[in-house]
Amino acid sequence: MHSNQATSASERGPSGPRSRGALPSWVSAAALLLPTYGWLTLAVFLPLLTMLVFSFMSATPMGKAPIVFTLKQYRAFIDQPYLVGIGVTSLLIGFWTTLFCAILGFLAAVALVRSTFGKTREMLLILILLPFWTNGLVRVFSWTMVLRENGFLDNLLHMIAPDVGSIGFLYTRYAIVVGLVHGYLPYMILTCYIALVAIDDAIMEAAASLGARWWTILFKILVPLAAPGLISGSVLIFIPVIGSFMEPRILGGRVGVTMGTVIEDQFTQAFNWPLGASLSFTLLAVVLAIFATFSGVLRRGTTA
Amino acid sequence: MTELTRRNTMKLMSAALVAGVSFSSLPRKAFSAGTITVLNWQGYGTDEAWSVKAFTEKTGIAVVHDYYSSESEMLTKLRTNPGAYDLVVLNAARCAQAVAEDLLQPIDFSKVPNAPTVDENLRNNPNFSKDGKGFAVPWVWGMTSLAIREGMTVPDSYAVLADPAYKGRVAMDDDAIINVGVGALMSGQDINDPKDLAAVTAALKSIKPNVKLLWSTEDQWNKSFAAKEFDLSLFWSGGSVRSKRNSKLPVQFVVPKEGGIGWVDGLGIPASAPNAEGALAFANWMIDPAFYVEWATKVGAPASSNSAALAALPVDDLSRQVHKPEYLKTMGIVSAIPDDRREAFNNVWQEVKAFYAQ
Repeated sequence: MHSNQATSASERGPSGPRSRGALPSWVSAAALLLPTYGWLTLAVFLPLLTMLVFSFMSATPMGKAPIVFTLKQYRAFIDQPYLVGIGVTSLLIGFWTTLFCAILGFLAAVALVRSTFGKTREMLLILILLPFWTNGLVRVFSWTMVLRENGFLDNLLHMIAPDVGSIGFLYTRYAIVVGLVHGYLPYMILTCYIALVAIDDAIMEAAASLGARWWTILFKILVPLAAPGLISGSVLIFIPVIGSFMEPRILGGRVGVTMGTVIEDQFTQAFNWPLGASLSFTLLAVVLAIFATFSGVLRRGTTA
Repeated sequence: MTELTRRNTMKLMSAALVAGVSFSSLPRKAFSAGTITVLNWQGYGTDEAWSVKAFTEKTGIAVVHDYYSSESEMLTKLRTNPGAYDLVVLNAARCAQAVAEDLLQPIDFSKVPNAPTVDENLRNNPNFSKDGKGFAVPWVWGMTSLAIREGMTVPDSYAVLADPAYKGRVAMDDDAIINVGVGALMSGQDINDPKDLAAVTAALKSIKPNVKLLWSTEDQWNKSFAAKEFDLSLFWSGGSVRSKRNSKLPVQFVVPKEGGIGWVDGLGIPASAPNAEGALAFANWMIDPAFYVEWATKVGAPASSNSAALAALPVDDLSRQVHKPEYLKTMGIVSAIPDDRREAFNNVWQEVKAFYAQ
């Protein structure tokens, strides 16, 4: 994407205004791109490269242990087959979280766009963003108060029906998904909102005047036109969710074991950075493979 | 208040600079007789102002501190600054490593008058000794064992973790070394070197129906226990005292017949110490009942290795009730573990956790 812009900028260069006959166009293009690429190199590329090098080492390169370069860390999924199950769990959690975020976020964005009365739209937008400003850890811990046995949810239920048992579901996969959906929903609302706000109201009015019911308008007009927002929101959510470790650890209890927690353990408890790094890169490869498989759908969606 | 003019700010900054320079040069001045330099974690007993003052008044020896923020940093400081430190606080596992690298000198226990009442099990711990010589004065200790809700049957074995009576009522410490230790005790093996890791794994897997959650911080433990999410747990001895004293939680710490999984910090004297005599006097003060009682009751402290000091605590002191000297007979102490074994322990715990999550 960046290189596309670069080439188009240099193509445009000669035909552009060059009244003072100054520097060739590639100099200005390079000067303009340098901060971006410099920052990317410093903040993204170098740390990733360091971790990539670590992932081929036999031990964490601190202390006196001799370092040998090896591929054994990448055999972890074969040597420790239980990791495959953890990986599948993480992908499933990512899938369900993204799906719920997509449904809820899209509907919330539709409501936001359609609410044109006075200043309600600004109010709603602020209300959606406000929880996002609080610390994620605080939000996850407050979910534990709600979902645990004899928590707020149970108290509420027992006010209506005092005799039924507990419906608290803390320390299950559902609790993890609830916490993650809550944490990542604003991304989806915002990306969908941006896509939906660009749709001309006249299109929907035309459809309605021609007899289209609301579901036809929703699925034939709104969803296809907002697909770029839905897809970019899904990508934004899916990637961090499969590597998340805080929510599974706090809300999952015994079942809260995901790739994220395994990798975190390797970096903190086990002090085995190479294994943590190799697991991260394996996960990255899996994610890229998934996106490559669906790249056709993604491209059609984002250019629609 | 004086105004924040540029001149005042400059004055302040230069004063801070001078103070900083003179402060950082202090440890180097410590070579003179009558001064000792102690290397420790910050705020961990040795640097209590009242205690240092009392010690200096009694012996005329001034005490200077330098701090480390990780155990590997402590070893690095010992290796790279010979002659800078007179006394160092180190964990049993690290002590074995320091002794193996010839960083410590043997302790002359005849110059430590409080030594005879130091618990023998701690003094003879193989991590502290080499060739029959002791290389550190055991200082304080604690352990991980079972904690149960008050009023329930007190268990006598780790086997209770797998007892169907506690279905969904057990919390485990999310720590590989501790859990492998428990698995080793459940399968009758040495906590530091279980030969049959498969048996350890099987023992830990057998408690799956009971495991409700894995805790990783004391705060998390307190919240979940207060919310009655579990009744039986692996927990720290010191943590149970704090939970009971500060949070008023109905918890009882239990050491079953297999023994607790213990840690102990010792006071060692670097091989290059300029003032070993002074260091021994300070080590003696650190295990003295007079110092310990004040530290434990006013500040809060782990259990002293000196049984006379523990016995000097008030009878109703919670720490004294939890850290009974007889537990030291059965307690296994976490020792230095080679890297490959540590990795194997971590893999066992990851595998068990994955099994719990299924």
